[in-house]
Amino acid sequence: MVSTAEDMASVQQHRDSAVKLEVRDVAIRYGSTTAISGINLDVRKNEIFGIIGPANAGKTSFLKALNRMNDFDNAMSVDGEILFEGTNISDVRNVYALRNRIGVVFPLPVGLPLTIYENVAFVPRLRGIRDKAELDVIVERCLTRSALWDEVKDRLDSLGSLLSGGQQQRLTIARALSQEPELLMLDEFSIAVDPVTTMRIEDVLKELKPEMSIILVTNLVQQARRLADRTAFFLDGECVEIGDTEALFTGQVEDSRTTDYIEGRFG
Amino acid sequence: MASTGIIENQFLETELNVSAKRTETLFKILFMFMAGLLILPVLIILTTLVVKGSSMISFEFLFGNPTNGMTEGGIFPALLGTVWLVGVALVISVPVGVAAAVYLSEYAPDNWFTRAINLAIINLAGVPSIVHALFGVGAFVIFFGFGTSILAASMTLAVMTLPVVIVATRESLQAVPHAFREACWNMGATRWQTIRRVVLPNSVSGILTGVILEVSRTTGETAPIMFTGAAFFIPVLPESVFDQTMALSLHLFVVSTQVPHVPEALPYGVALVLISMVLLMNSASIALRMHLRGKKKW
Amino acid sequence: MNHASGQQTGNLPDINQRNADWYIDKIVQYLVFLSGISAIILIVGIFIFVTIEGFGFLLEDFSFREFFLSPWWEPTDDDEPTYGILALMAGTASVTGLAMLVAIPFSLGSAIYVAEFATGKTRETLKVLIELLAAIPSVVWGFIGLSIMNPLIIDLFDVPVGLNILNAGVILGLMAAPIMTSICEDALKAVPDRYREAAEALGGTRWQVIYKTVLPAAKNGLLGGVLLGVGRGFGETMAVLMATGHAINMPSSVFDSVRALTATIAAELGETAVGSPHYQALFTIGIFLFTITFIINLTADLIVRGIRKS
Repeated sequence: MVSTAEDMASVQQHRDSAVKLEVRDVAIRYGSTTAISGINLDVRKNEIFGIIGPANAGKTSFLKALNRMNDFDNAMSVDGEILFEGTNISDVRNVYALRNRIGVVFPLPVGLPLTIYENVAFVPRLRGIRDKAELDVIVERCLTRSALWDEVKDRLDSLGSLLSGGQQQRLTIARALSQEPELLMLDEFSIAVDPVTTMRIEDVLKELKPEMSIILVTNLVQQARRLADRTAFFLDGECVEIGDTEALFTGQVEDSRTTDYIEGRFG
Repeated sequence: MASTGIIENQFLETELNVSAKRTETLFKILFMFMAGLLILPVLIILTTLVVKGSSMISFEFLFGNPTNGMTEGGIFPALLGTVWLVGVALVISVPVGVAAAVYLSEYAPDNWFTRAINLAIINLAGVPSIVHALFGVGAFVIFFGFGTSILAASMTLAVMTLPVVIVATRESLQAVPHAFREACWNMGATRWQTIRRVVLPNSVSGILTGVILEVSRTTGETAPIMFTGAAFFIPVLPESVFDQTMALSLHLFVVSTQVPHVPEALPYGVALVLISMVLLMNSASIALRMHLRGKKKW
Repeated sequence: MNHASGQQTGNLPDINQRNADWYIDKIVQYLVFLSGISAIILIVGIFIFVTIEGFGFLLEDFSFREFFLSPWWEPTDDDEPTYGILALMAGTASVTGLAMLVAIPFSLGSAIYVAEFATGKTRETLKVLIELLAAIPSVVWGFIGLSIMNPLIIDLFDVPVGLNILNAGVILGLMAAPIMTSICEDALKAVPDRYREAAEALGGTRWQVIYKTVLPAAKNGLLGGVLLGVGRGFGETMAVLMATGHAINMPSSVFDSVRALTATIAAELGETAVGSPHYQALFTIGIFLFTITFIINLTADLIVRGIRKS
């Protein structure tokens, strides 16, 4: 719990403000190598925030820092401040609760070696829901929203880890949705998914926008253009530019490298 | 001239190849022979035990008391004692062993301390069984004051077979891909929730394989229980873990070396029962392992 | 933060509130750590407890010279008990030595056959049978020494007693062979296939490849396997107790009966009074056994680990 009334007030203020996540001077190091540094950005409520950039730009490391997955990686150290709803995430007393409220989708899908049903019911069960009917509703809703329900509704008892790559990716998304996340982070989710499914998931993301903030890391610049309200361009471990997606894509940039990347001249 | 040279060369090479091939076949047969000779004793031993011991096997033998100075009658107290000893040893070693393996596989950082633990496990497995017996006497019988009892003997057995459980469990935990753990952590599961809901359920059969193997090993052990809780002959069945007991393995030692005028078939019968129990469990463990290998879960 | 569809999904956890799950996780972490260090505690515990029980002897009656250099083990002599383990060491060494003469070639041969030649069903069957060989309890081996090997040796070699170095050595060899085979097989398997491919590309036959490339590359692992086998033989108790004849003897031929260090403890501990010099002397033998096997296992591990690193 927050200790003083003053803090409480400031937190309350943040809840009301439009900012979900603030990143201040974040740098990530692996031993003596710097993966990314000098990152400053805000993610607002109910927006899709795109992050584009070539491989090794530090995008994945950045996402790992946002839900403190670096705790599990001794080699990785994070400097700077990351504020989730105004609370510095390195000060939260229950880091599991923090991760629980942030959904993550990896580039490579991971269907847990549980049944499809239990994959989606995993988080609800962690939250103490035992009622079968209640779980049924959640499982169906999440699978439907991730465009997987029709394909698996007759075999919810088969193992999630044995689904095809594209199905596992949608299962991962269903799991993330079961968290009812306030922030959903997707890391190049379309790598393992066919184009048709990609388009269906993109539609889902648009639907979800009124309910949560979404960070969309993508290697497809056109995907960022289709979905993101604002976009950041990461290159070689730094954030080159942040701006309204439409502006960036119409050449209103501060750094010419952004346009070069968007138009495919490198990366 | 030139053409003859080439022909000769080819001929020579062929000659060499033939002799090299012959050497290879020779060695292959030699090694096959050696492997055969190594497993031949298993078959001879089993056959001998069955031929000479099966005449002993009867309901009275399995469920009767030894009579007439252990030269007649059955082996029930020893059989039951072995079940007691193995059971209590399992109750102690399985939780500790599984937890230790969970620590090593899921928590332990890669540093000198973890290496020291691994070294200790290897050394624990290599300590002579009679030294385990001395430890059991010094620690459990005398220091902790359990006296010569099932408890002291089972604890000694548990210490001795702990490495089997740890190693088997650690292996099956590590066979669960790391990505599953990360997926759970990302959803906000604690380490323990991840272990309990995903890692352990997917390695439980592998752990079971190790536990069955441990049961088989524990059943046959003799030296560690000789001075800690197993007795040559006890007229009553054990009623609690603080009683002494007879044990099948020790009974075989006793009837084959310590008791005069034992009919020849009796120790064969005891040995047959003992080795059947051991090999049955061992085969079960192997079969389970093979069954698991064929089953794909990810 | 409820869903637009209005579904209730349990209690959203508060990021500033430690709940039961948080505390359970912490407690489990400590519990498994305690179990994790159990192996270290036990190894140290074994050394301490065995030493404590043998300590009185070490302080009073122990003489380094007598203990290690006298062949007379006569702890029950009323006038002047002697505690010399030279003959016992000779017994252990001769039996273990013969066992290794039996086990090393057979384990190596079997390991090479299983790892390099055998395929499919044959391989699986062989491995299972070798595993079953390893499962036979040592008291059963001892019984086999008594009941099968003993008359066999008497008949074959026309000697009066068949319980001797030969008997125990062969049995110990068979007991040590499975573990040596499986470790040697692992060592051979650890040699990368590209070594074999490279050597085969140069036109070597399978055997030439094994002999010139695979065996030298697996050298350390094989040595480690042999060392572990030595440790096994050294510490074996029941089989040695039953098959050696258990007679104190400085052996001069394989047909001599001997007595081993381990067997001495097993045979005499039950007859000594707790705390008597004899009792403590047996524990001192235990310290010696523990130390030697500890060194052997440590060396074997270092050698095997050495290859894994490179």
